[in-house]
Order: sequence, then structure tokens, then C-alpha cells
Amino acid sequence: MAEATQPLTSVTLGATATVVEIKLPPASKPRLMEMGLLVGTPVELVRFAPLGDPVEIKVRGYHLTLRRHEADQIWVRTTAAGTG
Amino acid sequence: MTSSRSANVEGAASSRPVGGPTYVVLTGNPNSGKTTVFNALTGLRAKVGNYAGVTVERKEGRLLGSPEIKVLDLPGTYSLAPQSLDEQIARDVLLNRLPELPEPALVVVVVDASNLQRNLYYATQAIELGYPTLIALNMVDVAEANGHQINAGKLATTLGVPVLPIAASSGRGLPELRKGILSALNQKVVTDGRRGGARFCQLPGPFAKESGAIADLLAAHFKEHRRQAAAEALLILSNEKALASSLQHYPKAIQDAVDAARQRLDAAGVEWRSVAIEARYACVMTIHQAVVVETRPNDETFSDKLDRVLTHKIWGTLIFIAIMALMFQSIFTFAQIPMKAVQDVVDWFGGVVARSIPPGDLNSLLVGGVIAGVGAVIVFLPQILLLFFFIGLLEDTGYMARAAFLMDRLMSRVGLHGKSFIPMLSSFACAIPGIMATRTIESPKDRLVTILVAPLMSCSARLPVYALLIAACVPARAVFGIPKLMQGATMLAMYLLGIVVALLMAWLFKKTLLKGETPMLIMELPPYKRPLARIVLRHMWDRSKIFLRRAGTVILGINIILWGLATYPRDASVQIKFDRERIQLLKPAFPQVQSPADAVEKIKQLHAATNQTNTPEVDALVSQLDDLDKQEAGEKLRNSFAGRMGRFIEPAIAPLGFDWKMGIGIVASFAAREVFVSTMSTVYSVGSYDKSDIGIKNLAETLRQQKHADGSPVYTTLVAVTLMVFYVFALQCVSTVAIVRRETNSWKWPIFQWVYMGLLAWGLAFITYQGGRILGLG
Repeated sequence: MAEATQPLTSVTLGATATVVEIKLPPASKPRLMEMGLLVGTPVELVRFAPLGDPVEIKVRGYHLTLRRHEADQIWVRTTAAGTG
Repeated sequence: MTSSRSANVEGAASSRPVGGPTYVVLTGNPNSGKTTVFNALTGLRAKVGNYAGVTVERKEGRLLGSPEIKVLDLPGTYSLAPQSLDEQIARDVLLNRLPELPEPALVVVVVDASNLQRNLYYATQAIELGYPTLIALNMVDVAEANGHQINAGKLATTLGVPVLPIAASSGRGLPELRKGILSALNQKVVTDGRRGGARFCQLPGPFAKESGAIADLLAAHFKEHRRQAAAEALLILSNEKALASSLQHYPKAIQDAVDAARQRLDAAGVEWRSVAIEARYACVMTIHQAVVVETRPNDETFSDKLDRVLTHKIWGTLIFIAIMALMFQSIFTFAQIPMKAVQDVVDWFGGVVARSIPPGDLNSLLVGGVIAGVGAVIVFLPQILLLFFFIGLLEDTGYMARAAFLMDRLMSRVGLHGKSFIPMLSSFACAIPGIMATRTIESPKDRLVTILVAPLMSCSARLPVYALLIAACVPARAVFGIPKLMQGATMLAMYLLGIVVALLMAWLFKKTLLKGETPMLIMELPPYKRPLARIVLRHMWDRSKIFLRRAGTVILGINIILWGLATYPRDASVQIKFDRERIQLLKPAFPQVQSPADAVEKIKQLHAATNQTNTPEVDALVSQLDDLDKQEAGEKLRNSFAGRMGRFIEPAIAPLGFDWKMGIGIVASFAAREVFVSTMSTVYSVGSYDKSDIGIKNLAETLRQQKHADGSPVYTTLVAVTLMVFYVFALQCVSTVAIVRRETNSWKWPIFQWVYMGLLAWGLAFITYQGGRILGLG
């Protein structure tokens, strides 16, 4: 895939990407960041829940679930291979 | 206590208030295995209570082998900048703000080795507070299996505190941890424990300067907490919630200083909300790279493989439904055998007591009131144990978070999120732990909505009511070859009804009273793990104890009162009238019977005779006498206080198809739902207490035999279902009302909740009964 920024939710399942921007309101950002999701953090889109929402991602070696609504605001750049 | 400790920990008391106990505080991320570590350190004698004024669970025990040292288990926390009530309490304990607790003598941070980075984020925050600290590096076995080799010695050097690798679930490293705690408590004296507290964040200049200025203000104002001032300044400057959650704690001057500092940083283009987090994670990354060797590529773990199936679009959903169905079906079928055993013991005991005490009021009180009443509730213990077994299992394996993941979409439709699912699922056991579990929900409005609807989930106290009514009135025959399918399905239907209406009400509340955005969901999906028998059994026992305690206190008390209400006032004319009728009945065959005493004697002889010789005349006479007994009992109950109360509310419940005897049950169970069962038992066995020497009859059987004046059964399937519907919705639980009062800090919400649930109960029972009759089911 080309080096382009896109929302986390549109990445191929199982692919690793790097966070480039978190476009969430200031009040919602801190906890997400404390959970380890920062600009520059590699993140993998694992799956969507059976009903299509929420999203399961893998970050810093553990699994985290977010709503699509928030995950859509996390912009990532896909990398050639998962470097962890 | 101080003297006994000083033998172990020489002179350690000098740095703490004299006479205060030594507290070791256990803290860490959720899912770090903290509870397992706590259980291993303290054994089985933990004390579970609450922090003053809030319902956050306060779990504390004594260190095994050193009973003078207390261990406090804090709620799981991701950060010292709190997002929920739980995290707020953990922060307040660690910042030594609670008057009820002394300063921690030692902080043990439980770190999940298999999830090192995020756990270190919190661990470094905790270390910076400057207490003597020790890291329990838990789950090293899992980390190794996943290919992460952690150099504990190097980690200790980097963090500046001892690091003890353990695997709490298998017991590995625990004796060393205990020793480490003791020697850390000792060392404290040597180093005086007054290190400045390490710093793990390389903060950008302007931010560091502002933070330092606020630290100086804090140190000047809170002199006794000088040591933690730098760490605290960082928290209140960078996190809005950290300041907002303790406005009463900080004087206006400090609040203004923080506001001014933020404005200056904004003007300078410094992202004060995120720089500290970024700096800390940068430092965590450096530590991580220095101490972890990856022994093999990051491939799929067993837990990941399991999740492929358990959260799969089709399989995951089917398995979820199957687990829920299995849970309810097995509660109804597997529990039958132990329930029968408990019933037999209760019957036997009732029989023994009945025979050993002369007939009269005391006999009646003990057998019909106390034993039958409490026994009728105790019988449901096996079902309650089984329910808690399943809930404990789901929690301990990590499936509970997946259930939230699967159900989140549905919950978000009604404006809640997956985190509300866990309190609601816990409410199936009991609304009290369920309502207490809402404290992990960050938004106050969502927490309130969850509290308001949680008691609509069918709790274990309803289980006895459903079980009794289903056993009495729903056919037990097998359908599709599955035994008792109709009964299991009815039970499941009651649970589903509660769920559906709870979701509808939540939606309604979110649309009207408690308008607000659908909250964010940030939830960890912890790796699956093998459940530990001792954790699950402990959970079963702790929760069942609450049930048994209620049976022994509230329910026992209500039963004694009820027995009195159902027995008095005694109308002598009723007794005389029926005695006369008995004599009349006996006279033709036994002319010597003249007085009531003669009649009683003769009746006894007749009963004894029917067991041996069966002449049709004697049989007929005995059955006529039995009918007289029943009529007399009925008339006595009608005239009793309870009967009068039942008849008083009868006009209100008649449209629901309930008679005044059920009215007694409903009135009595306003305090606790399961009292309905014991009330019915008291009401009907009071009705036939003269024959209590032949044993307490199975209650369901008794209900089935109740007939209206015209001979039609009182407890039809429709009436039973209507009663169950009523019990699904009515908030008949004093404990729930009390806990909601405490959680919401006002009487407004519990009263509102009681009223709305009462209206739902009456309305939906009305629709069920009248609808059923229109459909010809009556």
C-alpha cells in the first residue's frame, strides 16, 4: 500500500500502521494517550465486532477496543511491513 | 500492635503516626493479576468493606506470617490522573488524602510483564510519589511464553526500586515477594525512605518550569506531603480531570496558579495536555528497549487464536448466545439434585422440631414460620452458587470483556457503552455489586442511567420466585427431547424481558432526563487465562455469604413478623364454630364424642388408623375432616392482620389476576423479593399447621393444589407468568434502594427509580394478564 495517511478504520485487517495524528477533542485525548496510543505508535487493526462496532486494535502488545467514531479520527500511515 | 511489629521491623514506627498500623498498598493496572497477588499475600481472610462515603470496595488483609502488617488492595488503575471513581480512590490513597488511612509504609506496584509498556507508564507514576516502592513483576511466565525475556535486575537498576519477578497464578516467586516486602519495610528506616522520588519524564523547558512553580506552591501549602509535590504538580497541571476531581482539596490560589500556567503554556504553543504523557512514554520506551530481549518474533498467541473464534462474526455470536443459554438452562436443571437434598434436610428438621415441641403457638412459629420460611429460601442456595460460579468463571477467564465487546453496539444504540454491560451482567447476580460496578464508568450521566436500569436485570433474589412459580405452574414435560425445555425457556424469557425493558428505559432516559453524548469506549481486552479454582470458588462463597446472611437476618425477621400477622388476631368464634362442626361430623359414627378435646383425640386415632386399615368409611370421614381443617385455616388467615392487609390491596392487584394471598406475598416482599417464597410457605403452611407433624409439604405442590371457591386452580400458568412479570420490574429490595441512595448521594434517584419500576411492574403485569385472557390463556 502506498505511503498515505488514512483513518485507522480503513487499514487492511491485520496490517500495522503508524499513528500520525489524533483528531479528537482535547478532552477525549488524554486517556487514549495514557493507554499508549500516541503519535508515532505502531498500531494494528485486529477486527471489528460482529455488529460492525467497536473496533479491536493492538497497541504496544495488548488489545484495546474503541468505537468506530473515535477510531475514524485516528489517522495513520501504513508501513511496508509490521515492524512492531 | 506497635510493640509486636517493632520486634520484626525495628523502629519502623518512628516515621509514622504513633500507634497506626503498617499499611502495604497494592496497586497496578486492571488485569495485572493484582487480586491473585493479594490473595497469595493475605490468604483467605480478607476483609471487604467500603471507603468512607463511597461504595468503592476496600479490600484489606493481613500479610501471611506477619499479621501486624496490613495489605490494602487498591482498585485497578491505568493512571494517577483519574477517569473514574475507582481510579480517584486509588489516587487519593496514594496521595495520602484519606483521613481513614495512614501514609502507606510501602507501595507494591503489580506490573504485568506480558504488557510491560503500558504497565510501566503507571509504575513510573507511582514510583515518582516517593514512597518506598517495590515492583512485583507478575506473569513473567506468560511474558516468556510470548517471547519476551525481561531482565529484572536491569529493570530494578533503571527504576531505582527492587523488582521481584513472580507468577502469582502458579505461586512462583511469592515467598520471595513476601520476604522482599519485609526487607523493604526494614530498609525504610535505614534510608529513612525520604528519597526525593525519581523523575522519569524529560519535560520540555517551559512546561518543566511551570510545573516546578506549582510544585513549590504545593510544597508550601501541604507541608507534610512535600515529597510528592513534584509528581502532584505534574498531574494537576497536565490533566483537567486530576484537578477537577479534587477542587475541594486545593485552595483557590493553587487552582488559579494552574489556570494561569495553562494559559501561558497555551500562548507559548505548548500542548500541556499531552507533553507529559509523551515524555513518560518516551522514557518507558527507553527502559523497555534496555531490559527486554525478544526471543522470538511477535506471533499469534493462544489467546489471539481463541479470539478469532470467540469474537468471530458468526461463531462468536453463536457461542455468546450458547453460553448465556447454557448458564440459565443449567441453573434450572443441574441444581435440582442438591436442591432436593437441601429440601429433604429442611423437611426432616421441621419434622423433628414439630414432634419434640407440644402443639400450639410455639410449635407453629418454629415449624411454620421459621423453619419453613427460611428453609424455602435456603433451598435456592444451589442455584445461586451455580449462577455465581458462571459469573466468576466469565470474569476470571477474561470472557466478560469480550461479552462487552460483542454487546457494545447494542448498548451504544441506547446511548450506553460496553462498560455498562458488565454492571448489568453482574446485576443478574445481585443489583448491589452491579450498581457498585458502575463506578468504572467515567461519565456521571451514563453511570446514573446504568444505575437506574441495572435492577431491571433479574437478580438472584428473583430466582427463587421464578423457580417456585415455574415449578408450580409451567409444564415440566420434555419438548424436542430436551427435559424441562418449557421451564428453562420461561426462565430465559423472564431474564430477556428484563434486559429488553432495561435497554428501552436506558434509551428513554438518555433521550429525556439525562441527555448526553454517547460516551467514548476505551476498553482493554485482556488475554484469556485459565480460571483459577480458588478465585472462582472464593467469588461464589463471598457472594453466597451475602445471600445466606440475608436469609439469616432480614428474611428470618420478616418471617417471624409475618407468622404473627398471619396467626393473629385469633377469632375465638371461628374456633368454636369449626369445633362444633367437627363434633357434628363425628357424632353419627362415634356417639361418645362430646367435647372439642374428644374430637381431637378421635381425629388423631382416625389418622393413625388410616395408615393401617383402609375402610372406606374411615377414609371418607378423614377426608371430610381435612376439608374442614382447610376451611378453618382459610377463614383464620382471612381474619388475620396479614389477611386484612392482603384484602386491603386486593382491589389494586385484582386486575392483574392476583388474589389477597398473593397480595400478602407482594406486601411482605417489599423489603426483599425472595421473601415472597417464604411468605407463601408461611401463608400456606400456617393454613395447615395442625398437620405439621406429617412434614412440610413441597411448596410448589401446595401452590398447585390451591383452588378457588369454584374448584378452578388459583395458580394457573397465566397467573404465574403475570406474577413473574410483576417481579421482573418491581423494585422490591431495601438494600438496592439504600445503595442507590449512597451512590447517587440523594433520595431523589432511589425514589424516582422505585416509582418508575413500580409503574412498569403494574402496567406490564396488567398487559400480560388481560392480554393473556383476551387470547384465551386464562
